[in-house]
Amino acid sequence: MGSLWGGLDDVQADAGYDADHPPRMGFFTDTSVCIGCKACEVACKEWNDVPDDGYLLTGMSYDNTQELGASTWRHVAFVEKPAVDLGMPTVGPPRDADQSAASGDAGIRWLMSSDVCKHCTHAGCLDVCPTGALFRTEFGTVVVQPDVCNGCGYCVSACPYGVIDLRKDDGRAFKCTLCYDRLKDGQTPACAQACPTESIQFGELDELRERADRRLAELHERGVDVARLYGRDPEDGVGGDGAFFLLLDEPEVYGLPPDPVVPTRTLGSVWKHVGYAAAAVAGLGVAAFSGRRR
Amino acid sequence: MADPRTFLGWPLLRQVTGADRLGRGHAARSERSDRLTPRTASADRVVDSVCPFCAVGCAQKVFVKDGEVIQIEGNPASPISRGRLCPKGSASKQLVTSPTRVTKVRYRRPYATDWEDLDRDTAIDMIADRVVETRRKYWEWEADGPDGRRRTRRTLGIASLGGATLDNEENYLMKKLYTAMGAIQIENQARI
Amino acid sequence: MPGLGTSFGRGGATTNLQDLSNADCILIEGSNMAEAHPVGFQWVMEAKRRGATVIHVDPRFTRTSAVADQHVPIRAGSDIAFLGALVNHVLSNDLDFREYVVAYTNAANVIDEDFQDTEELEGLFSGYDPEAGQYDPITWRYRPPAEMTDQERQRAEELEDEERRDQEGSRHQESHQAARSESHGSGGAPVSWKGLRDETLQHPSCVFQILKRHYARYTPEMVRDVCGIEPEQFRRVADALTRNSGRERTTAFCYAVGWTQHSVGAQMIRTASILQLLLGNIGRPGGGIMALRGHASIQGSTDIPTLFNILPGYLPMPNAAHHQSLDAWVADDEGKAGFWGNVRSYAVSLLKSYWGDAATADNDFCFDYLPRVTGDHSTYTTVKAMIEGRCKGYFVVGENPAVGSSNGKMQRLGMANLDWLVVRDLQLIESATFWKDGPEIETGELVTERIGTEVFFLPAASHVEKAGSFTQTQRMLQWRDQAVAPPGDCQSELQFYFDLGRRIRARLAGSTDERDRPLLDLAWDYPLDAEGGPEPESVLREINGTGPDGAALSAYTELRADGSTACGCWIYCGVYADEANQARRRKPHWEQDQVAAEWGWVWPANRRILYNRASAAPDGTPWSERKRYVWWDAEARRWTGADVPDFVPDRAPDFVPEEGATGPDAIGGRDPFVMQTDGKAWLFAPLGLADGPMPTHYEPAESPVRNPLYGQQSNPTRKQVRSPANPLNPSWSEVYPYVFTTYRLTEHHTAGGMSRTLPYLTELQPEPFCEVSPRLAAERGLEHLGWATIVTSRTAIEARVIVTDRLRSLRLGDRFVEQIGLPYHWGGNGITTGDSPNDLVNLTLDPNVYIQDKVGTCDIRPGRRPRGPALPAYVADYRRRAGIPEAGEET
Repeated sequence: MGSLWGGLDDVQADAGYDADHPPRMGFFTDTSVCIGCKACEVACKEWNDVPDDGYLLTGMSYDNTQELGASTWRHVAFVEKPAVDLGMPTVGPPRDADQSAASGDAGIRWLMSSDVCKHCTHAGCLDVCPTGALFRTEFGTVVVQPDVCNGCGYCVSACPYGVIDLRKDDGRAFKCTLCYDRLKDGQTPACAQACPTESIQFGELDELRERADRRLAELHERGVDVARLYGRDPEDGVGGDGAFFLLLDEPEVYGLPPDPVVPTRTLGSVWKHVGYAAAAVAGLGVAAFSGRRR
Repeated sequence: MADPRTFLGWPLLRQVTGADRLGRGHAARSERSDRLTPRTASADRVVDSVCPFCAVGCAQKVFVKDGEVIQIEGNPASPISRGRLCPKGSASKQLVTSPTRVTKVRYRRPYATDWEDLDRDTAIDMIADRVVETRRKYWEWEADGPDGRRRTRRTLGIASLGGATLDNEENYLMKKLYTAMGAIQIENQARI
Repeated sequence: MPGLGTSFGRGGATTNLQDLSNADCILIEGSNMAEAHPVGFQWVMEAKRRGATVIHVDPRFTRTSAVADQHVPIRAGSDIAFLGALVNHVLSNDLDFREYVVAYTNAANVIDEDFQDTEELEGLFSGYDPEAGQYDPITWRYRPPAEMTDQERQRAEELEDEERRDQEGSRHQESHQAARSESHGSGGAPVSWKGLRDETLQHPSCVFQILKRHYARYTPEMVRDVCGIEPEQFRRVADALTRNSGRERTTAFCYAVGWTQHSVGAQMIRTASILQLLLGNIGRPGGGIMALRGHASIQGSTDIPTLFNILPGYLPMPNAAHHQSLDAWVADDEGKAGFWGNVRSYAVSLLKSYWGDAATADNDFCFDYLPRVTGDHSTYTTVKAMIEGRCKGYFVVGENPAVGSSNGKMQRLGMANLDWLVVRDLQLIESATFWKDGPEIETGELVTERIGTEVFFLPAASHVEKAGSFTQTQRMLQWRDQAVAPPGDCQSELQFYFDLGRRIRARLAGSTDERDRPLLDLAWDYPLDAEGGPEPESVLREINGTGPDGAALSAYTELRADGSTACGCWIYCGVYADEANQARRRKPHWEQDQVAAEWGWVWPANRRILYNRASAAPDGTPWSERKRYVWWDAEARRWTGADVPDFVPDRAPDFVPEEGATGPDAIGGRDPFVMQTDGKAWLFAPLGLADGPMPTHYEPAESPVRNPLYGQQSNPTRKQVRSPANPLNPSWSEVYPYVFTTYRLTEHHTAGGMSRTLPYLTELQPEPFCEVSPRLAAERGLEHLGWATIVTSRTAIEARVIVTDRLRSLRLGDRFVEQIGLPYHWGGNGITTGDSPNDLVNLTLDPNVYIQDKVGTCDIRPGRRPRGPALPAYVADYRRRAGIPEAGEET
């Protein structure tokens, strides 16, 4: 109980939920079928009332959202890569001498991947949150509570994926809630419901892991050797992700850390932080919250 | 709702007594989180609709509360879309509730440099007058052809261009009225 | 679309999106389906998951290409050369599905002995009149049967008469000008006889042999030189298609406006139709041609048209040259084999629904109340009439021609020369504000204080603020319920037009002028809803039609020509069967099979796959177990299966019509194409198309390439809108050396009024840009994210530069062709703004449907465009250098 690293069979029990808590829910994002439509980004914003994030043409392929942040809880990455012989008959045209002579390129692969908060088994953001704003839900997901968050920002640096962030004009921290409100009502999160090609799959984490294993085997069988799972392994540096991925290249290519580690793995005790938080609450907590409500 | 910020409700105090020793789970849950429900659960009604963007025809569910649209999402029952929506379909609540949407008639007088207000009733009356007048002025009973004069019974003074987000019923009434008016330059996005 | 209509008898998609998942191979060409129809694309991904091969042929490597098994880069506008070569590959290697081809197509028909092919005439067919730029299709006709029936003999004599008259006058040309071919939306072109057939396919003048000769020069090497596709790439596509067609397997095609919007658009679709017929893929599960429409009800807008040349159900608008009576109006089609032969009952029923009790047998059911067309009255021609001061009032309804139509300047000049303009939309779009902030105001070409157009902007109701039906891309009507009332002054079109009609009628009440009779006699009484507008379902019920007892009809076979039935759109008859709104059916898919016949309603007769009699062999048994769909139940003596059979339900496979039979009675047991007057699908179109019986590659009107196939450079029958505001770049011009093509992004919608006004969509694609290859960037010094100016003889626009490998430099023989990609969603208004690429596009139109060619030539230079009056001067300088005569200099 109260583990900070390593595999964990029942993350909810570890967070104090009774044995009859619901199963751990998560996302399996299969990027091999992503068409980069960004429905997930919009559906998320519509549901969660997340404000727009500015109008900037970045020139980074079709990615004008750039990264996950306080006002971007789903982010579709676009990676344009020259096609090299990866033994991948299903992606992109084959290398063709004449084509390459024609345009100085040898064909292209265009990878797309919808990124999201990983809802880690060992969540750095949650572990360092001094106010109790971040908490583990009964579904095993990690959620910031806007009525509690005071914008201290500890969580921001504690996230090994760079997911959570403070919203500038608001001050508080925001990120994907895995549509906690919808889950409570037995609904599918907005992004997964919208996803046209089932690239984003929502369900019980155990079941998703099995599904992902099957999909990986199927792709390998078809010769797509580059396919690999990311965040699937319960023994990795964050104890496995609640939201994990099937990728068609190295994680770095998609802007994902190759070997994320929860910072609290090296932390002596979180009780120190709790102490800070208690002091903060007693001293200035109430003042910090007033005037931050919309 | 009790103020979740009250000191006694503070999760840090709860953690020491519950099973959630680190205060990261159950004990940290605020009252807001406890009571949280999806806003669709409070809808007065759910109305079946269809996405107005492309022609796939994705089924939508429109959630209405107090006369306002509070959410539009895909309807899983559809055999075509199976509840899914693209970014445009997902943004259709914003389409309906857009703050820049114009909900008042605007009128620009000939040679004027700006809009002015006009009540809708007057505007439609004026348009009816224009139609009657233009039709009269540009009426054509016959037109020349190689075999001589031929009956045409029409006006070439009035044209129309319709978008393809109009309903069948609307297109039907439009074509019916225009045809009775004798207007033939009736066109649609389908040609564009 | 006449491409589909003349091939199969109906202009709609032959299949449905869900059925794509049953395909073994899907070829997507002329469509960027993943981006433009993402949710429909789930069925392609489903097919892929089941092992299907997905091929994307497109000038650009798009989000569709990214998940396809093969992307084939192609030069924009060269699709007929590519598809024609596939036809050649199938024919010259005997890879066609012979049994299907012989039984179900006109491959065996022998063509008139005077027919001459493009092979003989350097790219022209026989019958071309160079002065008029039109064909007389008389030599394209079927050779009459050895033994003619009395009826056929009579028709032959009539034809000879007509031919004589045509040579004296120009009646024939005018029918062409009236886009008659578009009326084959549901009912094929009427041939005079089923004709002489040689089912051994050996007769040198039979369609099969003509086709073989016509496409013989469409070789893989030619494809390389025309399209920029390497023979190896071509072979991979050819193998995938032929391997996945036949008894056991089927291939589906998907296309969109990447085919439609060309000066040979209808013929591109025709080539795909020919290929699919040769491979035996029409009317079968996992096969077909999926026409992907771009707007919520674009299919509905042609079925119940607001189009100049047709009335509801693809009945032609009467033409003053031919149709001065009801009899004359229906004469061409009446009595022909197939369901189109009952055209009189459809026409009379429409007149009854328009004019109710006033329409009687004695007055030709008010036929004379219909205005007549005399030629081309399409939108671009009408805009020209506005510029020339001949058209004075204009309704723009849910449409934004200032951005969405080609040659935007012509659109704005036209609107600036009106007496009055009514714009109905959700937002203040550019077409409503051009008089104060249009591009011509900036350049000084227009001055606000000198624009006399009176503008009414009326706010429209959104899709959730009104009830009604859309017809989506697979011909399905789906009903929307009303969720909330429209805010403020907002109204639906239904409310507005009903109200406008009432007010116009009130103004004319008491008029004795014959001119006003059609308005005063109009059946314009509808039950009112809570907001005082017509009850939308009552309008749908009128569209559906009612019988002598006033009850809703359930099928168009119930329509009568004696005035006892009324029907607003015969192909929609049945949508209100049993007095119930069938379009409102919403039985969840998990309670049905994949056909899901109880979700919405599909025309015709709720058939989900058209021509599905062809899913069975001539003897009525399924071609294979794997592709079983509709078949003949010999015991019950009925057609049966997963779908509503698209056939006379009890017509046995061995049925041979009696001599002299007409209409549906003349459909043979092996004639699956029941809307065609000969029951066969057309590999060769003996009539119905303005630009030839077989698709032929012509270059776009603006092209950097000399047509390698024929001396004839461009479609000889293309329609060029002649106006000083519509100059054309000369072909092969070094001043305009590059190709541009316009397209959509997933994140936006058409002219942008519904997307760049929304923050959530705008932030995803916040600015107009142009996509160029690295080679072109180097050649012209373009920097990634820098500015570029793109110039045609119409105007110049600016956009940010995206340099990407997704744009290929294509090698054609010893030269390169560079293509510039231009998403066209922006204009002067909205959250983010920019120049509109449609301002660059010239108006050269497909002669069948008058749709513009979206491909053109241009120059591109680094940096922003000149501002103010310097812009037209800059463009004029380009014209001068290209040798384009200025207005007034034209000969």
